[in-house]
Amino acid sequence: MQYMLLIYSDEQNWTEDERQDCFQKSMCISAELAAEGKLISAAPLHSVTTATSLRIKNGKRHITDGPFAETTEQLGGYYIVDVDNLDQALEIASRLPPAQKGTVEVRPLFPLPERLTN
Amino acid sequence: MDNKSSINQQLSQLYKDHSGKVLATLVRLLGDFDLAEEAMHEAFSLALGSWDTQGIPANPTAWLISTGRFKAIDNLRRKKRFGELASDIQQQIDELEEHHQNLSQQDIEDDQLRMIFTCCHPAIDPQIQIPLTLREVCGLSTEEIASAFLVSPSTMAQRIVRGKNKIQQTKIPFIIPEINELPERLDALLSVIYLVFNEGYSASSGDSLLRIDLSSEAIRLARLVLALLVDSEVMGLLALMLLHESRRQARTDLEGNIILLEDQDRSLWNRAYIDEGSALVQQALATRRFGAYTIQAAIAAVHAQSQGTTDWEQIIALYSVLLQVEPSPVIELNRAVAIAMRDGEQAGLNIIDGILARGELQDYSKMHSTRGELLRRLGQTSAAITAFEQALDLVKQLPEQRFLQQKLAQLRSQ
Repeated sequence: MQYMLLIYSDEQNWTEDERQDCFQKSMCISAELAAEGKLISAAPLHSVTTATSLRIKNGKRHITDGPFAETTEQLGGYYIVDVDNLDQALEIASRLPPAQKGTVEVRPLFPLPERLTN
Repeated sequence: MDNKSSINQQLSQLYKDHSGKVLATLVRLLGDFDLAEEAMHEAFSLALGSWDTQGIPANPTAWLISTGRFKAIDNLRRKKRFGELASDIQQQIDELEEHHQNLSQQDIEDDQLRMIFTCCHPAIDPQIQIPLTLREVCGLSTEEIASAFLVSPSTMAQRIVRGKNKIQQTKIPFIIPEINELPERLDALLSVIYLVFNEGYSASSGDSLLRIDLSSEAIRLARLVLALLVDSEVMGLLALMLLHESRRQARTDLEGNIILLEDQDRSLWNRAYIDEGSALVQQALATRRFGAYTIQAAIAAVHAQSQGTTDWEQIIALYSVLLQVEPSPVIELNRAVAIAMRDGEQAGLNIIDGILARGELQDYSKMHSTRGELLRRLGQTSAAITAFEQALDLVKQLPEQRFLQQKLAQLRSQ
């Protein structure tokens, strides 16, 4: 079963040292997960100030500068992991450094029928 | 009584006793709540047809699980014929057919524990953990749970479906937590049981005759957990509930008005519950690994055993320990009452005013009614009236409103 771990935190709430430390630790965890065959993909995101949102109304594209919603915590990165169950996904989430400062939301990926993925 | 209705009656008792066990094992074997429930209901309806001619088998649980398993295989074969992901279903059928070996008592007990921990998984909304546990572990119907919580059956059915979907779609594992997670997970489970109990205990009268007794269900659930998992806090919680329950008859009058502990008719207290609860408290304390439930039960036991005079010294000491384990202004308030009883009203009032000065419990009705009572006893009538009025503004339950209105009427007539 695949789960997406969405990492939310207040971008303004990190010092440069903390950011570097988080980056190092996250790289280590990714390497461990990859070695165990559990990592599908993972990446940090650029700041929410780089976000662009699009929606189509009456067939016309509306493009705006900024995220989907202004919130106190922003999406800052994600992991997709392949594990047996929710408890295992939560165990990985609890090891991610941003869990200490923000929130890690764990969502199962909807499994697509094989003929679509092939 | 004719044979058929006797079997019916026995079967409804057997349903109450065995459905939780049967369902838990079927969920493990089938890996699916809906399939398991369907198979269990079919097994019970087959039992209805076969047991009145052939008699009740020696081990009804094993009979029902085995019948449910065969029914599930039938149902899966039928699905396969309609072409739903045939290879997956065949694999599931093969796995099920391999499970021929007899289940041990231990397997069945472990499955029940798995079921309880799964329904009380912290990833499930607490508002849903409770009805899910009542339905899947206690075997109550959706209608019974809905009426116990005063919501419509369709609302309750939606909550239960949401819970089952969460388990299924996010793949919450059907396991007993590992030893390192057990304390945290057990806390969550015990708080579900205690919430069920309190819902039943505080239920207003009137239509309560028609409602299933949630307090008894909570006690039954705690007994079940204790039988499966010997732990001091499970003992403590069971003791706490038994000791509260022992006073149920005495705590309100015929009109549903509140009677305070000190004014209760002690002959109405249930001695058997008090004895069982007190013994459990002793047993839990002896483990030296007890927590907040055990300490609260110990306090309740001191009250229950008091004959005329209460050992306030011991109660204050227990509240002090409880405050260390679980710092909370509500416990400070309770301790202040005990201090007022030992050292006089003014001593209690000083502590209470200290809590209020910190900005805590200002919206808590019991805070103001307690203050009002202490002021009344000190003869400060107008201050007492103000405090009781503040309490009245904050309470929602009718019996408590009546209690406060009576207090106010007495004070105003002085």
